[in-house]
Amino acid sequence: MRLLASVTAVDAATFVVAGAAVVFGALGVVVSRNPVHSALLLVLTLFGVAVLFVSQDAQFLAAVQVIVYAGAIVVLFLFVIMLLGVDRRENLLAEPLKGQRPLAVALGLATLAEVLLLARVRWDTGARSVAGAASGPGSNVAKLARSLFTTYLLAFEVTGALLVIAVIGAVVLARRPPRPGRQASRTPLPRDAPRWPEAAGPGEPEPAEPAEPVGARRPGP
Amino acid sequence: MSVPAYWYLVLAAALFSIGAVGLLVRRNVLVMFMCVELMLNAANLTFVTFARVLDDIGGQSLVFFVLVVAAAEVVVGLGIIVAIFRRRAGATADDLHVLKG
Amino acid sequence: MLHVTALIPLLPLAGFGLLCLLGRRLGNPWAGWLATAAVTASFALTLVVFAGLLGRPAGARSFTQSVFSWVPVGGLQVKVSFLADPLSVTMALFVTGVSAVIHLYSIGYMGHDEQFPKFFVYMNLFVSSMLVLVLADNFLFSFLGWEGVGLCSYLLIAFWFERESAATAGLKAFVFNRVGDVGFLVAMFFLFASTGTLSYRGVFAASGHLAPSTVTAVVLLLFLAATGKSAQIPLFTWLPDAMEGPTPVSALIHAATMVTAGVYLMTRVSPLLAHSSSAALVIAVIGAATAFVAATIACAQDDIKRVLAYSTVSQLGYMFLAVGCGAYVAAIFLMVAHAFFKALLFLSAGSVIHGLDDEQDLKRMGGLRRYMPVTYGAFLVGWLAIAGVPPLAGFWAKSDILLNAYAKDPGLWVVAAATSVLTAYYMGREFFLAFYGPERWGGLRGAHPPHDPGWTMSAPVVLLAVLSVFGGFLDLPFHPHWVFLERWLDPVVGANLYNPRVGLGGLWALAVVDGVLALAGVYVAGWVWGRVWDRPALEPAFLRQGWYADLAIDDVVGRPSRRLADFASAVVELKVIDGAVNGVAEAVRAAAGSLRRVQTGYVRNYALLITGGAVAVLAFVLARAGG
Repeated sequence: MRLLASVTAVDAATFVVAGAAVVFGALGVVVSRNPVHSALLLVLTLFGVAVLFVSQDAQFLAAVQVIVYAGAIVVLFLFVIMLLGVDRRENLLAEPLKGQRPLAVALGLATLAEVLLLARVRWDTGARSVAGAASGPGSNVAKLARSLFTTYLLAFEVTGALLVIAVIGAVVLARRPPRPGRQASRTPLPRDAPRWPEAAGPGEPEPAEPAEPVGARRPGP
Repeated sequence: MSVPAYWYLVLAAALFSIGAVGLLVRRNVLVMFMCVELMLNAANLTFVTFARVLDDIGGQSLVFFVLVVAAAEVVVGLGIIVAIFRRRAGATADDLHVLKG
Repeated sequence: MLHVTALIPLLPLAGFGLLCLLGRRLGNPWAGWLATAAVTASFALTLVVFAGLLGRPAGARSFTQSVFSWVPVGGLQVKVSFLADPLSVTMALFVTGVSAVIHLYSIGYMGHDEQFPKFFVYMNLFVSSMLVLVLADNFLFSFLGWEGVGLCSYLLIAFWFERESAATAGLKAFVFNRVGDVGFLVAMFFLFASTGTLSYRGVFAASGHLAPSTVTAVVLLLFLAATGKSAQIPLFTWLPDAMEGPTPVSALIHAATMVTAGVYLMTRVSPLLAHSSSAALVIAVIGAATAFVAATIACAQDDIKRVLAYSTVSQLGYMFLAVGCGAYVAAIFLMVAHAFFKALLFLSAGSVIHGLDDEQDLKRMGGLRRYMPVTYGAFLVGWLAIAGVPPLAGFWAKSDILLNAYAKDPGLWVVAAATSVLTAYYMGREFFLAFYGPERWGGLRGAHPPHDPGWTMSAPVVLLAVLSVFGGFLDLPFHPHWVFLERWLDPVVGANLYNPRVGLGGLWALAVVDGVLALAGVYVAGWVWGRVWDRPALEPAFLRQGWYADLAIDDVVGRPSRRLADFASAVVELKVIDGAVNGVAEAVRAAAGSLRRVQTGYVRNYALLITGGAVAVLAFVLARAGG
């Protein structure tokens, strides 16, 4: 650990401001009653993290963080909030499950303590990096690209496939029953089906159904 | 001279704990999801920190992948939430307890 | 020629097998003829072996035939092998001979029974087991035969098992035998532990090196087994009840053969007995006591077969007395003679029972001598033989024993002599009650008076009568050349034979006393029972109830055992064993029921558990990394 005195003032200030933003945003996410407020405070946190990325020479990742996380994921959150109208205020004081809150706090503190203790251990083995050095000449993007497209090529391809699957899954999940007027939710379930008040899928027992043209006849009661 | 790595790790640990507690305490499904995102970000921060400490670009590559997977996860997760909650607006995580043993 | 020894027990076993398969088809009477043929062939083979042994010089009369290795386990090497020496061949001769005769008798006696083939199945198995017992070369193989005869005894006593008294009697016989068998087993353990072998030759060769306490223990344990099998005190009460079986069974098993197995065993281990005088004394005393007690009980019994049963117990007591005194030849002599005249008496009694349509109560017989002359004559011969009236077989045998008893200990002699008088007396009582006096069976028969049975039943009886008369000439003490039995058995028991040093004058005096005692008993019986058949004063309850031995055993052993069994079944079985098993199931169920509550259905609870798990893993990593 280096002494505090040798840290430049700018770096320290950056860290403090960004860190404060991160923590404030995180706490806000957890304690806000309105989920829209939570989403916006999440954006604050993500920005703070992006700044911290920059200060650690991970410029590309900072950019990706802002574009993907703050720009796409949180927006998606907000879309869903608006679509479903789940912005009703939640009663934060009541806790129906017994012992949940004290245990949660206890476990959170335990996690914090443990990670802090773990962080003090020297983990570096001295082995040379496989993916390449992070410091040295050359741009961060180039180094990251070299690592991604050579050492981690297979993982890269697989994540591509993963994205495709995720898209297909989302499309399938979000389909509405195409037949207008037919109240699928009133369909009586078979007698021995689990009595789940919110039945799965857009009125069908199976969420994963092969793609069919709209208007196809469907068997069933 | 840049900030010691230990501070970043402390920050990431704090972020992770806050996310964990939030996940366990909140009942609104979307807020719970956001807490998961907080935890993922804490992990990302830790990875980047170690990439700098150990001088290994692999840490940043891993963050890249975490980001991709987080995105995919959010997509699918929100799709499920949409599918479930289309029936009942304002349902919370506690209302899905049919699999009680 | 001697190699046919292994066939001797095999032929009846083959008969058993054939009858199992074909018995029902052969039916009455061919099943019986097949069985008789098997045993007769076995007798013929025994004669061949006997001739073979005779052909050898006296010192070489021992032949071992090993068939295969039965138990080759580490230090224990037991073979299925047969020993043909004078003692075993003597036993085999009279076992096969008397068995053949009784098989023939049974064809007529069991002629009316539905289970005719089954009877002969069991009888052949019995003969085979008995021959294994006497011809075996080692303790374990002999024990196999020992158990086999016990089994067959049970099967045959309870032959008419629909009758509860018969079923109970069979079970009682088996249980008493089993108690004795514990002695045999433990003795074998001791022998193997101390000598490393179970063959007769090996054990006797090592007998000189054994510790005296070991030898005494082994002998007493074997004697325990003998008391069970040969119905001595304290395990004798099964034999009178065993009379529930058919009369040929009583004649064969409970008079001539199975009950003599104990005497055979003790004679066989004479080398061990020679090293333990205390055990020998115990045997002699118990033998004498049993002889006397049984004789007194026989004086007050009403059932024609129970008298004979107690008589058997008494005569066996004599044999054990002889063994205890070291007079092995005398014991074997009495065994052979007793086989003849006891079988004779039983078969004659069987003829009486058969003739009176299964009437067994002496008080309901009488005056039969006019109707059944052959049976009358046979019974008379049997009575005089067992009483010891000279010159019939019983006289010579009993005199031999009394001589040795006198030389060993006069006290024993007194008991034995008193028993001798009683023997003549109670047998005479039975004789007179059955064949003399008023005819008390009237009204049952009507137009069919009792008569002698057909030739299949009368011929064996006559044959046995002849043997009872002349059997004594096996061993006449007058001249060294005439002691055939003693010279014949010399290679086996000669080394340990007791030599009663009584002068010629003493010999004659004792012989005269024996004869006088016998005649006295005969006379008293005739005088008391010749005319009057009802004398309750001479039949007190104490004797009728067998000195209350059965009741005593029930009180001492039976009742506590039943209580223990009740306790075991109510507490140990239900609470402990079932409780343990059910308890485990209940515990599992209770645990599952409690664990089930972890599945609350709430996602947030599950998330809590996951977080808890993560904290635990981190703690583990921390501990390994040294914090």
